[in-house]
Amino acid sequence: MNRHTLSVLVENKPGVLVRIAGLFSRRGFNIDSLAVGPTEHPEISRMTIVVDCADHPLEQVTKQLNKLINVLKIVELEPTASVQRELLLIKVRADLESRSRVLETVTLFRAKVVDVAQDAVTVEATGNRDKLDALIRVLEPFGIKELVQSGMVALGRGGRSITDRALRPVDRVAERSGAGAAP
Amino acid sequence: MTDQTTAAHPGPGLAGTARKGPGPTPRDLAARAASRDAADTHSGPAQPGATAAPGAPAERSRGDQGSRHDAPHRADPAPRSEPAPAAGTRMTGASALVRALEQLGVDVVFGIPGGAILPLYDPLFDSPSVRHILVRHEQGAGHAATGYAQVTGRPGVCMATSGPGATNLVTPLSDAYMDSVPVVAITGQVPSSLIGTDGFQEADISGITLPVTKHNFLVTKAEDIARTVAEAFHVASTGRPGPVLVDVAKDALQAETEFRWPPVFDLPGYHPVTRPHSRQVREAARLIAGASRPVLYVGGGVIKAGASPELLELAELTGIPVVTTLMARGGFPGSHRQNLGMPGMHGTVAAVGALQKSDLLITLGARFDDRVTGKLDSFAPGAAVVHADIDPAEISKNRRADVPIVGDCREVITELIAAVTAEFEAGHRTDLAAWWSQLDALRNTYPLGYDQPEDGSLAPQYVIERIGQIAGPDAIYVAGVGQHQMWAAQFISHERPGHWLNSGGAGTMGYAVPAAMGAKVADQAACVWAIDGDGCFQMTNQELATCAVEGIPVKIAIINNGNLGMVRQWQTLFYNERYSNTDLDRVARTYDEALSHEQPPPRRDPAASGGTRIPDFVKLAEAYGCVGLRCEDAASVDAVIEQAMKINDRPVVVDFIVHRDAMVWPMVAAGTSNDDIIVARNMAPDWDVTE
Repeated sequence: MNRHTLSVLVENKPGVLVRIAGLFSRRGFNIDSLAVGPTEHPEISRMTIVVDCADHPLEQVTKQLNKLINVLKIVELEPTASVQRELLLIKVRADLESRSRVLETVTLFRAKVVDVAQDAVTVEATGNRDKLDALIRVLEPFGIKELVQSGMVALGRGGRSITDRALRPVDRVAERSGAGAAP
Repeated sequence: MTDQTTAAHPGPGLAGTARKGPGPTPRDLAARAASRDAADTHSGPAQPGATAAPGAPAERSRGDQGSRHDAPHRADPAPRSEPAPAAGTRMTGASALVRALEQLGVDVVFGIPGGAILPLYDPLFDSPSVRHILVRHEQGAGHAATGYAQVTGRPGVCMATSGPGATNLVTPLSDAYMDSVPVVAITGQVPSSLIGTDGFQEADISGITLPVTKHNFLVTKAEDIARTVAEAFHVASTGRPGPVLVDVAKDALQAETEFRWPPVFDLPGYHPVTRPHSRQVREAARLIAGASRPVLYVGGGVIKAGASPELLELAELTGIPVVTTLMARGGFPGSHRQNLGMPGMHGTVAAVGALQKSDLLITLGARFDDRVTGKLDSFAPGAAVVHADIDPAEISKNRRADVPIVGDCREVITELIAAVTAEFEAGHRTDLAAWWSQLDALRNTYPLGYDQPEDGSLAPQYVIERIGQIAGPDAIYVAGVGQHQMWAAQFISHERPGHWLNSGGAGTMGYAVPAAMGAKVADQAACVWAIDGDGCFQMTNQELATCAVEGIPVKIAIINNGNLGMVRQWQTLFYNERYSNTDLDRVARTYDEALSHEQPPPRRDPAASGGTRIPDFVKLAEAYGCVGLRCEDAASVDAVIEQAMKINDRPVVVDFIVHRDAMVWPMVAAGTSNDDIIVARNMAPDWDVTE
């Protein structure tokens, strides 16, 4: 399993998302998921990108990302040192006889029911990838009508923030490998 | 850090070395504006509320338009004599754009006007310092800007209107991107209210050029124009240079704004590192002192950094052999004893062998391109790698670097010299005599050479060699793409940086004529020879009209073998001599004739000795207001070249009819290992040869 989570701070300007997506596409980097949204600074957006590094080393991915002028900072968020969450909405078949079993499963996973219909319920769950994969597996026998996953977002644990130092030229992931350093 | 330190570099001013350096920093711009404001009595606040009309003579001193092109542009140009308009002068966005170009020291732009960009051309008409050269195809404008930048080291500027005008710039932008050339392209765009509605001549050029520019900007507000243009020049010329496109909506050009100079950049994410890490440099010096088979693998970055003097010093200090890539020819003198020649697909046996046998590659401003390395897993198998480059993404991209050094080549080499000297003084030095004896054996046994054609036709290598010898190392040589390009890299002795221009990374056919035009405009005093193929020439020869009309007397040598030569060579070697669609002069008047593969193919004019005869290049040259000459035999080569050298009031085109089946040797076939280099058909070198 070669997945790495990158938290990328980018300028909040039109076209930045397409620049990043285009870069991944033309360099052949594999995106597992990509989520982007605003941060506490109005000029900065945060992207959480899960990269599958089977074909290209992570170092090359981050260096190419750093070349983009709109990218301010890249940090790798290791699973043990960060909180990683995805949102899942899943519509499960649940007729009169199976409904109670579905609801039991939902309770076990601490998920919520957000919609009820004659023959289906829609379940909302948040958690890391493993928890959501497990939930899907357990619900599969009932019959999944449709599902949507948001892609991962993550924050580092602890008190520090990467956003407030983003506007200064601080260390970037690539430089830790000794490729060069800002004085 | 970053661009402030490189701005402190003195301009070279050394004879023959082009000024290479980043564009002005905000501090430079402020200094220039301040000194101009202080010096010039004309400056002063414009009448409040009045737009600075293009013809306002009180504000702009009409510079001596005649003399600005007389001096070669290699030295740092003196600050403009026009004053910076007082802060807060009101004018249209178009005027602001022109003013910004003037303040940035732009002296020439290449372009073609059109509807969307028309508002810009009006104030441009009156600019006292920016000369606009009207080309005949926007691709020509782009390549001309590239050629200009490659000679001067400063950004070349091209302009086009929206839609098809802008898309015609994509090829030259892509070419500049692959070769890291500073180019700023300004394109018109439909009014911002029409963007996204399939308006007339609308094209999403920002979206289209995303993958082929270092960065691009879309400007929809007049107040952003001056700052964006300044940012574009900054991004294009600092760090790893590259093309930047500025797309300006028509309403932004027409709206009124306040012109403020110098602008404050808004580029929080852009911080190029030029200063190398001293620990890395010391580690590299340690490896250099201890290596017994080291090679200096020199790429185009050395030329862009203006680091040739430092490289010469380092090479002579260490006695290490030097190989110069296609983009670095001239970065180290071709005639120097330590120069093994060009590595790679058509490199010399000595250069390729040196890389393959080396135990340390000192890579300076090169990127381990596939044309140099051949099959990566068998490239330089025994070598540790010191890799110095200004772009951290290139380091360990294709080949893992043992000592990565991010920095500007000039700064890196300067520090390396000091660190290596320290190592030598401490007594750490390895004798390279055995290494040199091995390399000398290779280069003496397998020198570059060519056969005289058996059928008595002219050898193209001979033509190119004679042009190089007669025009000399002070001329500027510009090549197209193909066999003639390889021969020009091999058989001309490139002694100085900035005198060899070609399209390396992209390999764009049609590059030569417009790039030669740009080079000649950049250095009017230099003799500029374009060495082009008959296939390439037909792609952009319309720019001959521009050259004739605008007084740009370039010299074009067409190496006319009647074929797409390089492709033909591959068909000879790998496709059983099946020449599918590489003959430029084949007769095929009917559908059946076209489908038949009669060998030899019937020629249009059986009496002619070869070469493409449609078009007749001599008549074509004359139609374009140039002098047309033809040469068909070895005995007249020198005389024709001398004749061309004497014509300097208009362009000269020389049609050299050459042997159809000349081959470029040596060759490392694509996808094979450098160890499998062939020196002639089915002939491999003996790597263990001794003198």
